[in-house]
Amino acid sequence: MEVQATMAGSVWKINVNEGDQVEEGQDIVILESMKMEIPVSVEKNGVVKQLKVQEGDFVNEGDVIAVVE
Amino acid sequence: MINKLLIANRGEIAARIIRTCKKMGIQTVAVYSEADQHAPYVAMADESFSLGGPRPAESYMNAGKIIGIAKEAGVDAIHPGYGFLSENGAFAKSVEEAGFIFIGPDSDVIDQMGRKIAARKIMAKAGLPIIPGTDEAVQTSEEAVMFAKQVGYPVMLKASAGGGGIGLQVVHSDDELVSIFENNLKRAQTFFGDGSMFIEKQIANARHVEIQLLADHYGNVIHLFDRECSIQRRNQKIIEEAPSPFISEKTRQAMAKAAVHAAKSLGYTNSGTIEFLVDDKERFYFLEMNTRIQVEHPVTEEITGIDIIAEQINIAAGKQISRNQEAVVRDGHAIEARIYAEDPKTFFPSPGHIKTFKIPESEHVRLETAVKENYDVTPYYDPMICKLVTRGKTRKEAISHLHGALNHLQIEGIKTNIPMLLNIVNHDEFQKGNTTTAFIQKHYLPSIK
Repeated sequence: MEVQATMAGSVWKINVNEGDQVEEGQDIVILESMKMEIPVSVEKNGVVKQLKVQEGDFVNEGDVIAVVE
Repeated sequence: MINKLLIANRGEIAARIIRTCKKMGIQTVAVYSEADQHAPYVAMADESFSLGGPRPAESYMNAGKIIGIAKEAGVDAIHPGYGFLSENGAFAKSVEEAGFIFIGPDSDVIDQMGRKIAARKIMAKAGLPIIPGTDEAVQTSEEAVMFAKQVGYPVMLKASAGGGGIGLQVVHSDDELVSIFENNLKRAQTFFGDGSMFIEKQIANARHVEIQLLADHYGNVIHLFDRECSIQRRNQKIIEEAPSPFISEKTRQAMAKAAVHAAKSLGYTNSGTIEFLVDDKERFYFLEMNTRIQVEHPVTEEITGIDIIAEQINIAAGKQISRNQEAVVRDGHAIEARIYAEDPKTFFPSPGHIKTFKIPESEHVRLETAVKENYDVTPYYDPMICKLVTRGKTRKEAISHLHGALNHLQIEGIKTNIPMLLNIVNHDEFQKGNTTTAFIQKHYLPSIK
């Protein structure tokens, strides 16, 4: 499952590491857009297989942030 | 003399300052980040210089680069606008040290008012009533709970260096206070480089009313009456009006007198605003002082006929305020609505491409805009894209013009808060002037469920 950016912004914080167990609804990344923090959460339980961004990266809406399996 | 001026800002306020400079015959220099290359304000200026990358730290917060451009362009003065470096005492100081006029008060006063804990003390000494709160920074959650118990919940947990609604949270219980304290302290440290936190009792049924001041270098301090800015979301103002529909003439005079007295005892110069909370018995309490031009300054200009930007420039150039207190008269009522690029229900930002931007043409409407048609709103800065200001002989008339203007303002391609603003303006309680800071929670949010 791919976790996508919900809007354009920069990656402010990454709360998980690759290999971490995550639960449905958990905020794995926090984006910053227009001076507001936008949490991005996972839709299903799983394991973070890959993180595609680093803190400070710029992402567009729809960009893949992480892969969770 | 100021013949050439650099605006260390962007968006609608840069455009607003350039407009007054043109009237005064002052040459203007705009600075812009990569993201703002095609912004309307850049085209309006006589000269423009690139600041580099889009992030605030590499552009509008880059003091060294801005001062370097000021030297290259040979300006006489720098206007900081609002936000960014406008309330940064170190920036004001380095502007002066580089030989330019900083359009604002002394750097010492900026610093004093920027640290909210110190500001409370100074203003209490200057005779302003302050909200019951901690005199010093609160270090631990235990200390925080002890104080909150004394004054009673709900309380406001605030960052001493906070601003723009960031770093402030209402708290209802010991548990809640304990659970958020550490995190908020860390956030304040990250955002403002200062993790000092303090606590104030929450004033129930409060209204936000502020006094606009002008002070020159000859000891003259005058007020331009009040503005009410109670309608807020995420602790940020969205509708402001002058005069306040709530306070009595007696309270208005008392607040203005107290604000003028406080500014005098601070040795304040230039334009400034003292913000107060007013409770339902019209008791007023010092909230904070903004040592810069305010976003909502146009409503005051509309009812007094005074160009506050022109006064700022003239005061900084060493002139006296253009008139004395007796010559400042109020006429009619003005309202401002801030248009944000955001979802009107969730308040989440909505950057993107503006396809259509059609503005209402009416003698009762003043538009201050950062954007235009076929224009990209980027995610790097505040979501405010423009402001609609209307005036009328009465509040009712001003509201009716605002309603018309909001209906005729067409912005397509991004989400905006226009539906929310219309909902508020149409609301009975708003029309009656029952505008407390809880308005959105109490009346707006339930109405969209």
